Amino acid sequence: MKDLLKFLKAYTKESVLAPLFKLLEAVFELFVPIVVANIIDKGLAEGNTNMPYIIRMGLILLGLALVGMVAAITAQFFAAKAAVGFSAGLRSALFANIQRLDYTSLDKVGTSTLITRMTSDVNQLQNGVNMVLRLFLRSPIVVFGAMIMAFTIDVKAALIFVCAIPLLAIIVFGIMLISMPLFKKVQGGLDKVLGHTRENLTGVRVIRAFNLQNSELSTFEEENKKLTKMQTHVGRFSALTNPLTYVIVNGAIIALIYVGAVRVNSGALTQGQVVAIINYMNQILVELVKLANLIVLMTKAAACGDRVNKVLKMDNGAREAYGVATNESSNVAGGKASDRANSAYMVFDHAGLTYDGAGDATLTDMDFTVEKGQTVGIIGGTGSGKSSLVNLIPALYPATEGAVYLEGENLLQIDSGRLREKIGIVPQKAVLFKGTIRSNLLWGKKDATDEELWKALEIAQATEVVKGKDGELDAEVEQNGRNFSGGQRQRLTIARALVGMPEILILDDSASALDYATDAKLRKALSEIKDSTVFIVSQRASSVKNADKIIVLDDGKIVGIGTNDELLKNCEIYQEIYYSQYQKENEREGA
Amino acid sequence: MADKKKSLPKGETKKTIGKIFRYIKRYIPILIISILLAGVIVVLTLMIPVLTGNAVDLLLAGKGNIDFDAVFAVMIQIGVIMLATALAQWIMNTCNNHITYHVVKDIRNDAMKKMQVLPLSYLDRQATGDIVSRIVADVDTFADGLLMGFTQLFTGVLTIIGTLVFMLRTSWVVTIVVVVVTPLSFFVAKFIATHTHDFFQKQSKVRAEQTALIEEMVGNQKIVKAFSREDDVQEQFDEINDRLHDASLKAVFYSSLVNPSTRFVNSIVYALVAVLGGFYVIKSMSDGTAAFTVGELTCFLAYANQYTKPFNEITGVITELQNAIVCASRIFEFIETDAEVAEAEDAHVLEKAVGNVKLDKVEFRYVPDKPLIKNFSLDVQPGKRVAIVGPTGCGKTTVINLLMRFYDVDEGTISVDGYDIEKLTRHSLRSNYGMVLQETWLKAGTIRENIVMGKPDATDEEIVKAAKAAHSHGFIKRLPNGYDTVIGEDGGMLSQGQKQLLCITRLMLCLPPMLILDEATSSIDTRTEIHIQNAFATMMKGRTSFIVAHRLSTIKEADIILVMKDGNIIEQGNHESLLAQGGFYSELYNSQFAI
Repeated sequence: MKDLLKFLKAYTKESVLAPLFKLLEAVFELFVPIVVANIIDKGLAEGNTNMPYIIRMGLILLGLALVGMVAAITAQFFAAKAAVGFSAGLRSALFANIQRLDYTSLDKVGTSTLITRMTSDVNQLQNGVNMVLRLFLRSPIVVFGAMIMAFTIDVKAALIFVCAIPLLAIIVFGIMLISMPLFKKVQGGLDKVLGHTRENLTGVRVIRAFNLQNSELSTFEEENKKLTKMQTHVGRFSALTNPLTYVIVNGAIIALIYVGAVRVNSGALTQGQVVAIINYMNQILVELVKLANLIVLMTKAAACGDRVNKVLKMDNGAREAYGVATNESSNVAGGKASDRANSAYMVFDHAGLTYDGAGDATLTDMDFTVEKGQTVGIIGGTGSGKSSLVNLIPALYPATEGAVYLEGENLLQIDSGRLREKIGIVPQKAVLFKGTIRSNLLWGKKDATDEELWKALEIAQATEVVKGKDGELDAEVEQNGRNFSGGQRQRLTIARALVGMPEILILDDSASALDYATDAKLRKALSEIKDSTVFIVSQRASSVKNADKIIVLDDGKIVGIGTNDELLKNCEIYQEIYYSQYQKENEREGA
Repeated sequence: MADKKKSLPKGETKKTIGKIFRYIKRYIPILIISILLAGVIVVLTLMIPVLTGNAVDLLLAGKGNIDFDAVFAVMIQIGVIMLATALAQWIMNTCNNHITYHVVKDIRNDAMKKMQVLPLSYLDRQATGDIVSRIVADVDTFADGLLMGFTQLFTGVLTIIGTLVFMLRTSWVVTIVVVVVTPLSFFVAKFIATHTHDFFQKQSKVRAEQTALIEEMVGNQKIVKAFSREDDVQEQFDEINDRLHDASLKAVFYSSLVNPSTRFVNSIVYALVAVLGGFYVIKSMSDGTAAFTVGELTCFLAYANQYTKPFNEITGVITELQNAIVCASRIFEFIETDAEVAEAEDAHVLEKAVGNVKLDKVEFRYVPDKPLIKNFSLDVQPGKRVAIVGPTGCGKTTVINLLMRFYDVDEGTISVDGYDIEKLTRHSLRSNYGMVLQETWLKAGTIRENIVMGKPDATDEEIVKAAKAAHSHGFIKRLPNGYDTVIGEDGGMLSQGQKQLLCITRLMLCLPPMLILDEATSSIDTRTEIHIQNAFATMMKGRTSFIVAHRLSTIKEADIILVMKDGNIIEQGNHESLLAQGGFYSELYNSQFAI
């Protein structure tokens, strides 16, 4: 909770002023019973009534109300400003932190959880902050203020306040402490429902193809039922607050009536004073009801805050771990590999990668060099580590062993922004973002001219795609690029990477949705770019066979490096892959 | 998405409330208990000020004259009433919780039920985040509002009525003053509520926009990183965030005006009661009638508070309810979206199909004025293999959408074994097809659960056999818990190829009479692919198959090759005849060896 408070810092002024004005309002309210007591004792004393005095007191009551209202509205304004500002800042920071999160942690948490954190959790927090600023100071002030006022009237009667208030506090806080973990569980149940909803939307075709609508529905209903059960359970418990406080306050009033009777009997108190004291006790009840509601809200908000905070913290932990990794690898590098670092444009120096939490290494002993302008093909079976290997280049995952050097510099010591500017990546999953074609292409280079965009589109064989859309470059792209087919998306993502002609271009199995004809044209166009170093990850031998250097991976290890002809001679796995695709072709030619 | 409603018209609000009540209906018995208890609570709560007033009047006797027996009697009465009130309160709250959470559950279930029958044309168009936000966040806000409404609206209204009755019994003049002035707070509150409604609506809308962005960006974090777009995305996020900030600030602040303003009206009432009450006490003292005692004045003052407090609460609740109704209307809008065209009563149940698929002059378009598939006819004999090839975006996946009835044709008919598929039950049609899509989908759960989707009662042996046939057995066994390994949302840690293998395994297990393979093997390496091709060959034997393929080997073995371009079949035949034809297909084929 404490870590979240820093988001209120920018609103220190508001956060102080809001409760202060609320306090002012409370103080004015505390005067009301005194005024009423005066009306009874001075205006309505038996045989000595005074109507003008009563009217004067009535006007004072009105004055108190007016000033109170102005104070309250001022307070509401500051509270709203602080709370809304708080949540906006928090959301922004959360989003920034999620963006900084490494991919492994992202996989672990799941998108839907993160979305609940950023939306409903933050909303609850905003509401919580708002209410706390409005009521948290006001309620105790009214409670203790009423007690103090009671003391000024009669010490003996006021002692009842001293007993009642701690009792009330115990109930209110006790219920809060117990229900807090329960609310956490409820939120967990809500996460599950959310995850299931998303899943049903993304998998709608498969679900319908397998006619799973009913079983999906019953799973959902099951989860939903569990959630409801948890909610009613917590509800039953937190519903105790109001009845219990009611009992205590009215118990105290009974005691006050008795003490009042005794004190009036002995002449120590007047009738009006007893009324005033009872009114104070009633004021406490009203305020406590508010406080109890506030506490419920706060327990919810605190549970939300906890979970939001976890997202903020999780990020730090992961990054620290990488910080260590970075240092270690650079030490190793400094020791034995400084000569090697400069031996070529890019040097993979016994680089290895073990994902966080995974038992086995995904990549071991990647050791090769690449010259500027070369085309490097990477081929291998599913799960052989092809994608992981190219992910080392933009340092999306830092090498956990050995090091990778670009022009003599360890990748991990290059500022990631500067490094990634040099690199164009076409990821396996062809995703476009909501906006326009232009806004998507500009991801590659912010200030690219239309000419540059069209050139990239031409190389990516995507000119037709764009020309076929209304508005061409300004054609609308829906969320996730849904209004484009898989192949169209893929070509556009290739174009996106090509905008700005990156020094290093990485194609991570990114022609899979293209037909052979387009694939071939694409490769031809790519081969005409001379300055870029190109990495092509593929499962098609045809995609890599013309590369200057082909790296064959199997189970995270290099099992062959060389050109197509060399590998056909000496690499069994490459032969197997190659002939699985060209076998029939050779037969045909032979025949 | 484009035509989101800007605000709720008046009739819409009423309709929405009606719909909410339809959900509450199922809990009528509990609702009745709750209402009865609310009545009990109100009456009991109102008695306490009367009793306190009686006690105050007993104190009037002054020094040395207090009747302690009478005081004790009052004390006991208060004690009993207080305990009864507390118990009733707890039970009522529990009932209200029960109703609220169950209504929410019912609504969510209905939404999910609806999701299963919505046409894909709707779901494809709607942002996932937006629908999720309706079913989760909106329903939650609605629940909060409803719960508040229950607990406070009932008691509020009853308290007002109860207080009126009690007050009238004492003094009708003072009562009239209270009754005349108090509604002021109502007007004030209503004025504020109508004006904040739009702000809440806007807040809701911007929030949905933000959720959609979060979903898009967080889901594709890797790409964002690879392009170093973190700052730009953050900027984009912050822009929406700023708008949300403004909308929220207005909504929160203006709705928070209700409380202080109505409280001010109450204070006016309070002061008036004090002065007027004072006047009547003096009057009855001088008359010597004791028609209006000091005790009754304190009781009246307590009532003035109690009478106006529910007005505050009700008005507070009204703003909250307004918000809840907006959320409810968003969720109802989803629930009421037209479902897929209903099946005819006499829809035929297709048992195990032979597999004669016929398309007759089919026309189809996604967008009204952009015809995609035109005059498409095809007759596939049972057991034949149809390969659909062509440049990307030529309408190949559309054919699948039509075959599976994810979308309905605009003109012409598609028939299976002579039955027009629009006259078949969707269930029986779809269960006759086995489908592997280009984009793999796995649900959160165990590997086993994902495999048995098509055949929930499969035995372990069958599962392993299918997995071995699909060559997934090897990697599954290497996972920490084998077939019981839990995979996260969307396959989580599995590689694209592994996910694809699982989808193939899923199909291997149930083997329906017809197959649809949409670039199914595109992410699997060629080594594995050979094995899969072989498995497919066995699987396809005797089964009508549609394959959207880029692999030459698959295409070459097909009985019919459909070459598509711009939604039309431009060539049709087998590999040899098409090559001989020297048209588009041969161009495609030869270009493979261009480099």
